Amino acid sequence: MEWVQQIVNGISLGSIYALIALGYTMVYGIIKLINFAHGEVFMIGAFVGFYSIAGWGFGFFPALLLAMTVCAIMGMVIERVAYRRLRNATRIAALITAIGISLFIQYLVIYFRGAQPEAYPNVLSNKTFDFFGAQISSQSVMILSTSIVLMLLLQFIVHKTKVGKAMRAVSHDMDAARLMGINVNTTISATFAIGSSLAGAAGVFFGVYYTKIEPLMGVIPGLKAFVAAVLGGIGIIPGAMVGGLVLGLVETVVSAFGYSLWRDAAAFIILILILLFKPSGIFGKNAREKV
Amino acid sequence: MLFKKKLTSVLLASTLAAGFLAGCGGESAGGGSKDDVIKIGANLELSGPVASYGQGIAEGIDLAVEEINEAGGIDGKDIKIVKVDNKSDGPEATNAAIKLTENDQVTAIIGSATSGNTVAQAQVANGAETILLSPSGTSPNVTINEDGSLNEFVFRTSFIDPFQGTVAANFAAGDLGVKNVAIFADNASDYAKGLAASFKETFEGAGGKVVAEESYVAKDTDFRSTLTRIKSANPEFIFIPGYYEEVGLIVKQAREMGIDVPLMGADGWDSPKLVELAGADALNNTFITNHYSSGDPDEKIQSFVKKFGEKYDGKSPDAFNALGYDSVYLLKDAMERAGDTSDASKIKDALAETKDLSLVTGIVTVDEDHNPIKSATVLEYKDGEQVFKSKVNP
Repeated sequence: MEWVQQIVNGISLGSIYALIALGYTMVYGIIKLINFAHGEVFMIGAFVGFYSIAGWGFGFFPALLLAMTVCAIMGMVIERVAYRRLRNATRIAALITAIGISLFIQYLVIYFRGAQPEAYPNVLSNKTFDFFGAQISSQSVMILSTSIVLMLLLQFIVHKTKVGKAMRAVSHDMDAARLMGINVNTTISATFAIGSSLAGAAGVFFGVYYTKIEPLMGVIPGLKAFVAAVLGGIGIIPGAMVGGLVLGLVETVVSAFGYSLWRDAAAFIILILILLFKPSGIFGKNAREKV
Repeated sequence: MLFKKKLTSVLLASTLAAGFLAGCGGESAGGGSKDDVIKIGANLELSGPVASYGQGIAEGIDLAVEEINEAGGIDGKDIKIVKVDNKSDGPEATNAAIKLTENDQVTAIIGSATSGNTVAQAQVANGAETILLSPSGTSPNVTINEDGSLNEFVFRTSFIDPFQGTVAANFAAGDLGVKNVAIFADNASDYAKGLAASFKETFEGAGGKVVAEESYVAKDTDFRSTLTRIKSANPEFIFIPGYYEEVGLIVKQAREMGIDVPLMGADGWDSPKLVELAGADALNNTFITNHYSSGDPDEKIQSFVKKFGEKYDGKSPDAFNALGYDSVYLLKDAMERAGDTSDASKIKDALAETKDLSLVTGIVTVDEDHNPIKSATVLEYKDGEQVFKSKVNP
């Protein structure tokens, strides 16, 4: 039953990619910016979770909520400080700023606590049970179900609330939205807050599931999530979820065939292929280019 | 040679004129007067990412020097250690070696803890004809250059990497009696690849079979899919050469997936972080090879453990402490046999001829590649503690 096990492995990995990819895609959808500092928000989430569990004895859910809150605030601060002034600047200026912010946060954390890794405490009891011959840990079930709940919550916010309506309007046409009386700045802040809180949650999940966290942990998952977002169609929320899961499964399958050293390469080959043949992604429509 | 000595004394005289190095007078280059000291440099990682290695070695060195000086020194001369911090960085290690050879005029340098930082100063040491003795640099290319030539003045106290693979294979085939094994190695490190190759060679030579051979890359965090693949090959034992950061996660994930067979690695596992990352339960039934164990009942080791504890508030010495300590005694033995404490080329020849010298980390004979042939220790993790399992001779 090797394959059942591999699919379970792939879905667990993919759901973490999906959570990070959501933040990328939301921000891109609204201001057409690839927020490369997103992987660092993920890292900060993991560390907030770690210190609240190991230092203050929080349980899993309080730590998760705290990490999401801190990351939401951080996302808004990054937007306010770094991106707002560049909203009408060239895209490349904003992109370079994003990379700068990303490096700044990484090395700020190293400056304050050093580069050594930290082991996540065991907050979730971990029993494994047998499922059609595959060993599934209760942790991965918990993580998967929590991420599904968060994604459903996001769909609800985007489609059923006023903020969500405003987000969709701003994404569609920023100037027209402003003329209709929508506060564009607040809406963009809210987008950053929601996207960053999901990255924070992913950080805590990552810590619990993979144990090791360190200041540069956001780089590779951040890039992978970017691939996932592009794969699903950047700017499209369901696309990020599907892209994340597909990427997780592809990586697992590559390893399962014995090519574990090609795993990262596979992810980036997907990126290149998508950009060559269907730049709008799986869910993308061949829409007119707005800018 | 003569000319060189003259040149050195001219240089020394001019530095003396500048009011520098007043303690190390011109005579010491010539032959030495009664009251001078033997200067030995220590070029160690006292800060930076692998500071714990360098600090451990420094503690061992200090204890050995204290003992030797109390017992009257070597040839009646006291040893004086000049410590320099190379900040766990290659270029800094080179600078430190230049400082030690040019400013301090040491006879020998002990250091560094890692192979990379030792290689970084090998050329300086060869050029200045100063002995370089690495306590724990285990990579074969510390003493042998890429073109296969020998670094004349470079030696080491530890055994080399491939030897640990041999020991692990003998342990698996002999003590554990397993037939089908898997290897899961870090493909980004020469250390791990060297161990994996020597393990495979020895194990297959002993009639065993390698049923799965997989690799990972340092910094990976998800090993589940590869472990699933290994599991389906049904190995009775898995050899995982690598460093604790990844190994901790591999061990944890393997146990979660129901892989209960013995796992084994080498000294790269040896860190308290391993226990934090993997968890004490997951580490049960895992083994490592190492330079030494403080739990070894051997008399020499127990007396070292006792003396070390007296000097450092009851602390139990680790492998780095022991290797630092042994490095000083290895030099002492060579200086005594050379009958000279300042002529590095005589001491170098004596070091290369070291035979059956009993040290804390084993009985040492230096081979033609300047590598010590000595025993290795197998340790078992029990509830997060390393327990002495057995000693394997080469």
